[in-house]
Amino acid sequence: MLTKRIIPCLDIKNGQTVKGIHFENLIQAGDPVALAQKYVEQGADELVFLDITATIEQRKTFKELVTTLARHLNIPFTVGGGINSVADVGALLEAGADKISINSSAVRNPDLIDELALHFGSQCVVLAIDTNFVENNWYVYVKGGREKTDLLTLEWAKEAYQRGAGEILLTSMANDGTKKGFACELTAQVSENVPIPVIASGGAGNMAHFEEVFTLGKADAGLAASVFHFGEIFIPDLKQYLKERNIKVRGK
Amino acid sequence: MAVSFTIQHLPFNILKVALIKYPAGNVQSVQFALERLGVETILTDDIETLKNAEKIIFPGVGEASTAMQHLKKQKLDVFIPTLTQPVLGICLGMQLMASFSHENNTKTLGIFGQEVLKFSTEISQKVPHVGWNTITNLKGKLFESDFFEKNPQNEQFVYFVHSYYVPVHQESNSITDYGIKFSAGMEKDNFFALQFHPEKSAKVGEEILENFLKIS
Repeated sequence: MLTKRIIPCLDIKNGQTVKGIHFENLIQAGDPVALAQKYVEQGADELVFLDITATIEQRKTFKELVTTLARHLNIPFTVGGGINSVADVGALLEAGADKISINSSAVRNPDLIDELALHFGSQCVVLAIDTNFVENNWYVYVKGGREKTDLLTLEWAKEAYQRGAGEILLTSMANDGTKKGFACELTAQVSENVPIPVIASGGAGNMAHFEEVFTLGKADAGLAASVFHFGEIFIPDLKQYLKERNIKVRGK
Repeated sequence: MAVSFTIQHLPFNILKVALIKYPAGNVQSVQFALERLGVETILTDDIETLKNAEKIIFPGVGEASTAMQHLKKQKLDVFIPTLTQPVLGICLGMQLMASFSHENNTKTLGIFGQEVLKFSTEISQKVPHVGWNTITNLKGKLFESDFFEKNPQNEQFVYFVHSYYVPVHQESNSITDYGIKFSAGMEKDNFFALQFHPEKSAKVGEEILENFLKIS
């Protein structure tokens, strides 16, 4: 049986790991390669590296770091941030990334999803959605969560699937940084309506939140950053906790 | 792009492992995984070099018909089935070793007699099959080591990313359940194949790669 995945996310700025609280007030959390290796040893199922300043400052992503990571990691990892073209993706995959995630650029140019799926296969195309609950609905946000669009989250997820996205990385800005749990209702809605895996993100504060997002939220994977970086949740403990609650996870 | 390294890890240091070069992604990850095991690899589409390699890895991520077109262009479609040294197909590489793929109705290499089918979202819910799943019914050379033999009760998790699969058949060397049971891998004579990614399957994957390298 396929297991639920635990995914630490490392936000990268200038080659260092940071975690934004509500995407601001960036706090230093460590060296990405050392941190990544620590998570691999602890039993993380996958890793995500987001170049969080890339969209804002129009910087290209961190190809050299990607190669270093690929040399050292024996589990899959996704990279994202500032990816705008087939060429950007080609370079990152060649550098050793297993998957790439796109966000603002796909909203700006939805055809990019089709092109990437055609060139590299859906399996490596992760569509990241930053979403917030306003005016009684979940809307898609771009530019690191600073700009609201008119796109409804569920509709955008469906469209992305039809265009060839292989997974959805769904971040609730309303929950992100609160440590009060994931947006389970929204996650379930997306997961039930889109036949590709959904990675839930934003709001993890304790182990029960992961249980909730895998059961109520019907998520295929749970992603978090600060609770792992600052040792508030130890991955082996989390997996044991989930196992005891009959949620299938990978043992070491 | 050949990668060579200072070799520290015995006894694989004299091996020449060639990776078949064709534009079907993800070769770098396989090279890095072998590098972590201390093994030098050559990435090549040159038939003479491939003939002389002691081990061959046939990687691949992507779409079947496009991959077959590339192989045909380089005459590798005829050459690969004639190889006599141990050959390991990974992911798309495994699927191309079958006889026919339902992915764009593509005639493939025919080393194994099976057809490659697509997962149904009615049975398996989400397609592609992405993530860590267990392999069972392990048999054959890829699983012949203490790691697998001493702990038969242990669940062995490996990493999958695919939408198409080879059904279970006599030459399956491992089986995975994703709503439907399918071949996680297969073995026939000198040909070995894995649907999952050993290069991304943590310790279990490393063990399988080491076992492949030990085959003489």
